Amino acid sequence: MKKTVFLGALTVAGLAAGAAAAGTLDDVKARGKLNCGVSTGLVGFAAADANGEWDGFDVAVCRAVAAAVLGDPKAVEFVPTTGKTRFTALASGEVDMLARNTTWTFSRDVDLKFTFVGVNYYDGQGFMVPKELGVSSAKELDGSTVCIQTGTTTELNLADFFRANNISYEPVPIETNAEAQQQYLAGACDVYTTDASGLAATRATFETPGDHVVLPEIISKEPLGPLVRHGDDEWGDVVRWTLNALVTAEELGITSANVKEMASAAGNNPEINRLLGTEGNLGEMLGLSADWSVNAIATNGNYGEIFEKNIGENTPIGLSRGLNAQWTNGGLIYSPPFR
Amino acid sequence: MVTLSDPPRESFRLSQLIYDTRYRSMTIQVVALIGFLILLGWLFSNTMQNLTELGKEPSFRFLSDPAGYDINQRLIDYNNQDTHLRAAFIGLLNTLLVAFLGCITATVLGVIIGVLRLSKNWLVARLMTIYVEMFRNVPVLLWIVFVMAILIESLPAPRAFKGENPSATMKVFDTVAVTNRGIYVPEVQFGRDAKDDKGEYLDEPTGWRTGLGDFPVGADPDNPSCESYFASEGPMAGEPGPGCGRFQISLDLMAIILVLMAGFYVSHRIKTRADHIQEATGERPTTWYLRLGVIVIPLAILFWAMGTYLTYPSIERGFNFQGGTHMRNSLIALWLALSLYTAAFIAEIVRAGIMAISHGQTEAAAALGLRPKRIMSLVILPQALRVIIPPLISNYLNLTKNSSLAIAVGYMDITGTLMGITLNQTGRELETVLLGMLIYLTISLSISAVMNWYNNSVKLVER
Amino acid sequence: MSDVSYVRTEMVPEQEPPASTTGIIGWMRENLFSGWFNTVLTVLSALLIFFVLSVALPWLFSPTWQAASLNECRAILHELGRDGHFAGACWGVIRDRWVQLFFGFYPADLYWRPILAFLLLGMALAPVLFSDKVSPKLLWFSAIYPVLFPWMLWGGAVWTPLLVLAGFVLAYLVYSYVERSASSLVGLIAAVVFAAVWFAWGVGAVSGLINSSIGAARIDGQLEQTAAEIDRLQSEIARLEGEIETAEAAVNAVMEGEASAEESGGRAYRDLIAEARPLRDKLDALRSEIGLAATTLSDLQSYERQMEQLPALIEKLPGLRDAADAARAALPDTVSKVVSENGFKALTKRIVDENLDIPSEDVDALEEVLRLEGEVLFTEQTVESTYANAALIGLRPVESRNFGGMMLSLTIGVVAIAISLPLGILLALGRQSNLPLLKALCVGFIEFIRGVPLITLLFVASTLLNIFLPPGTNFDIILRVIIMATLFASAYMAEVVRGGLAALPKGQYEGADSLGLNYWQAQRLIIMPQALKISIPGIVSTFIGLFKDTTLVSIIGLLDPLGLSNNIRADAAWNGVVWEIYGFIALMFFVFCFSMSRYSMYLERKLHTGHSR
Repeated sequence: MKKTVFLGALTVAGLAAGAAAAGTLDDVKARGKLNCGVSTGLVGFAAADANGEWDGFDVAVCRAVAAAVLGDPKAVEFVPTTGKTRFTALASGEVDMLARNTTWTFSRDVDLKFTFVGVNYYDGQGFMVPKELGVSSAKELDGSTVCIQTGTTTELNLADFFRANNISYEPVPIETNAEAQQQYLAGACDVYTTDASGLAATRATFETPGDHVVLPEIISKEPLGPLVRHGDDEWGDVVRWTLNALVTAEELGITSANVKEMASAAGNNPEINRLLGTEGNLGEMLGLSADWSVNAIATNGNYGEIFEKNIGENTPIGLSRGLNAQWTNGGLIYSPPFR
Repeated sequence: MVTLSDPPRESFRLSQLIYDTRYRSMTIQVVALIGFLILLGWLFSNTMQNLTELGKEPSFRFLSDPAGYDINQRLIDYNNQDTHLRAAFIGLLNTLLVAFLGCITATVLGVIIGVLRLSKNWLVARLMTIYVEMFRNVPVLLWIVFVMAILIESLPAPRAFKGENPSATMKVFDTVAVTNRGIYVPEVQFGRDAKDDKGEYLDEPTGWRTGLGDFPVGADPDNPSCESYFASEGPMAGEPGPGCGRFQISLDLMAIILVLMAGFYVSHRIKTRADHIQEATGERPTTWYLRLGVIVIPLAILFWAMGTYLTYPSIERGFNFQGGTHMRNSLIALWLALSLYTAAFIAEIVRAGIMAISHGQTEAAAALGLRPKRIMSLVILPQALRVIIPPLISNYLNLTKNSSLAIAVGYMDITGTLMGITLNQTGRELETVLLGMLIYLTISLSISAVMNWYNNSVKLVER
Repeated sequence: MSDVSYVRTEMVPEQEPPASTTGIIGWMRENLFSGWFNTVLTVLSALLIFFVLSVALPWLFSPTWQAASLNECRAILHELGRDGHFAGACWGVIRDRWVQLFFGFYPADLYWRPILAFLLLGMALAPVLFSDKVSPKLLWFSAIYPVLFPWMLWGGAVWTPLLVLAGFVLAYLVYSYVERSASSLVGLIAAVVFAAVWFAWGVGAVSGLINSSIGAARIDGQLEQTAAEIDRLQSEIARLEGEIETAEAAVNAVMEGEASAEESGGRAYRDLIAEARPLRDKLDALRSEIGLAATTLSDLQSYERQMEQLPALIEKLPGLRDAADAARAALPDTVSKVVSENGFKALTKRIVDENLDIPSEDVDALEEVLRLEGEVLFTEQTVESTYANAALIGLRPVESRNFGGMMLSLTIGVVAIAISLPLGILLALGRQSNLPLLKALCVGFIEFIRGVPLITLLFVASTLLNIFLPPGTNFDIILRVIIMATLFASAYMAEVVRGGLAALPKGQYEGADSLGLNYWQAQRLIIMPQALKISIPGIVSTFIGLFKDTTLVSIIGLLDPLGLSNNIRADAAWNGVVWEIYGFIALMFFVFCFSMSRYSMYLERKLHTGHSR
């Protein structure tokens, strides 16, 4: 194995990179790297393997943006953030975007001064209980002990739900999913509550997943999506339309397998042509190259492919599309037109 | 002829500020002060500028907003509609609780282990060495996580107690349940406490033995839950409902404390009297039954008069044990881990303190005919105490500060409430973290003040 | 006279002591069973040891080293008839991840750098710690090591550490020159001012100069070399992809055999996994190789793009500058007055907030100026960083966010302690000084830091430090944590040094005074050498404490060993593994801390004998 000993292959780690008055897009281009805030580890959404390569549903969004802007899905630095540090990291310019299953709420959008560019996963808070408890509805949980993952909107939703139904519970707040899982499995809490996707992901790794059920109640709306800083609309547009490109690609049947071929020459469908840059100059308008969306789609495929590869039904996590199906299939995934 | 002239009048020159040692120290201090003020001003102006750009004007108004989250362990009333400030206060009380419990157990354990490490028993001494090295050389955060994991994995879940053939049984005559959610023990209740959630008596209190009830501090006549407190008649007259007032003081507990204190005082008087008699006549009257009696009998009468009874934890239906008091496993894990960890350090301090006492003291005490255990408790330890106390103080401080790792096990202390969920929900990093630091600083300074005062009082008075 | 036959002439032969006081039995009687209390203690201890071992040993000995996921572990143990929660450890996770637990995400081909850096640390400390065995000539190495260490870990151009070193040398020259012509205090101030200027601007300016001159000369060659390298890498990646496919097929073939083996009751599952292991190892190696190649390729490509656009940028720059200046000069007086008072950002903010009465075309002009100046700055930075890359002679830069695992803990610990030592000495001297104001400042700082938990300081590092610094400053999180850890350690260090100062007999101070030494001379020649020597054990234990406390950084999302344990458990293959990782981390910490504390004890003994007469 020949090791590369070529020097000078990295851009200088700028101490004062944020000092440049240029926008984030220019910063990213100058740096040659996208700094993307992700979770410190969540099965199916973001995790590093033994070689330090990150993978997951949220990670795929980062890679697509890097591919669109820099033409290179590998040009991403992943910055692990916790529920507490994520907003500061974004606000201070430590990361260019945050793709860390973050719920789009009014106060985060308005008060904390962030811009949510879209929704890549429609989630909702649910409950998981062991089958042997014989519980079939969350309203039967009076007096139960509930494990909550903190640092999110989860604890507020939970308090609201139990208050509205006038039933009591005992909250057990826990920092990480791994620890919550441990407590739940040992019976230290009766119920585990977090986003339904997280519940499914957790349940999938149990020794006997069949012994646990996810209750039908979904007590909150959790639209999860990538976000950027307020006020940098140029950069917000780039991230927004990269996400939309992935969604539109699925709708139009563009996959990682056929994208190169379709982009090689203009076809009959004008929207495909516009999206893939064989017609019009959408890329230029964004300040990107003409093949920006081709690069983004070629990385991990379209939205559907990313879903199937990381969290879909054929993965251990086994989430069905549900709300996250294309709007044409009765879901909520819908992209504005490329026109 | 000698003429006396005045010494030449010194005129002040600017260079004296640097070269003249009389002025130089002043110069240095002024420069330092100016530098410090400039640094502060610089930090402050940066902060203001940054916050303005972020659009977050610093303000503590969020403290009076409803918190919206629940806290499992609360020493005073709290629900999710109370303010962030009150949530922070609940957290503060929890911090103080675990720090207090931890300091006591760490001291007891540390002294035992420190003494045992010097034991002549080879096996025990080695075992204690292993204990000390194991705990001192592994981060406390890992220990906290470890202890929590052991509690969770090795103890039975409450549902193991249910059913026809439960796989776990309660301990101590079926009154204590040790589960992986914590320990449920019987709770002492008084006549008036026998009410359900809505404040109705479960059983009619037996005659006049109703106990004293609770006193709400800052009760508001307009608050509906205080209605019964201000009512002059009815079954609940004079009894505050839950959530009435800022907090409620249990008058029953106050009465018990008063009677106990009185009992101890009388008992002490009896002891001094016995001492006098011993000094005068050389014979010591037997007083133990008297001393015990003056404490126990009034207390027993009080308990009877207040209609005391015990509620036992039981799990027949539902998810959790009902009745009794619940000590949560997050508290136990944190308490245990902090005590075990700090005990290893205290053990070393105690060992060093004992070894600092010259061997002649032991020999002299032995020559007086004291037995080894009495030598330790009457001669060695009191002297060692003077060496032990100053480092002990800093270990108490460390324990208190380490209790901020509570978030690792989900114990809702001040870090978990104010600097945890409140910070997350309001996005007020500056205000919450600064407030949190201020609170810890106050706690630390108070502990060192109290302990330094104690240290001064036991210090050798040199003549 | 000879009737003395009753006097024995020869000794009775020595008898063996009673069997019950010698040998093992005697030893046990004396040490284990002397008295009922000791007997009870012994029995209890023996029971405890037996209980712990009977639980731990079967769990520890578990043949799961080869497993590739938790489910495989479970299958292996199931085959051995061991089921349930404590069936056995799943050591596969340690085999898979131990390198990561040590190095985090540090580039795999550069592991030699941290290893060498920490080995050299031992060499740099040797003359200080083992002063009796190592030649003091090695001290020069200790002196340059603080500059060498960060350079080895973070990499970068070779002249950066040299320029930093030069700063110290120059500052000393300034001091000695000014001292001769004025006084030592003035010399000190001059040296400090010089150092501040040098580190704030000088280093950057000089290295920028070097970069642009060397970079301009090398850039064409670099471009060619890069292009060739990119081609080579691309073909290599294609080749690796093919190899991975065959390797995957091989693994699948073996693991499919597993299903049939289980059905036919043939070979044990464990053997199958063991057979697949070398194939999987090969696959892993290939994957890591391709990952490395792809990362390098992506770096090279972005570098190539940078270099390609460089001439255009350089050409554009003067025009841009002129345009920006012209636009600025054309601003109406009203606007430029406010701007010169408050700066641009404040003005735009004020326009929005306070509805300042500025005509909209002026605002547009102002925004144009802002845009142009931003572009100038941006272009300048791009050119600068391209030159810096082209001129790089030295080690490949590694960003600190790639630090992780034990290496991160050690780095934070070592850097914080190294910087906190001089700070701590200054604070301790300040605390002892007879200038009330200075003393109050030092006491205030020390007590404040010691009064708050480290975790709150880490919260400051993760959420507030950037807010305290001038707008636009953006240290990465690890540097911020190191800053706060340094402040934290320096308060404790000050107390340790103060202990050392207090332990010195007063005669030493008086002796120094009577020789006519001034304050700094006395400190440097008489007091500090002795005080520091006394405080070495305290310094070591402060380091151990700080090193253990670095685990707290996992709470703010850094990937130290504890933080990595969460990340590892987020991998679907290892989700649910608890004890193995924690145990391994605890063991790592134990080995490091225990050996250091033993060393500190040895030092204490050595110093102790030195003082007894």
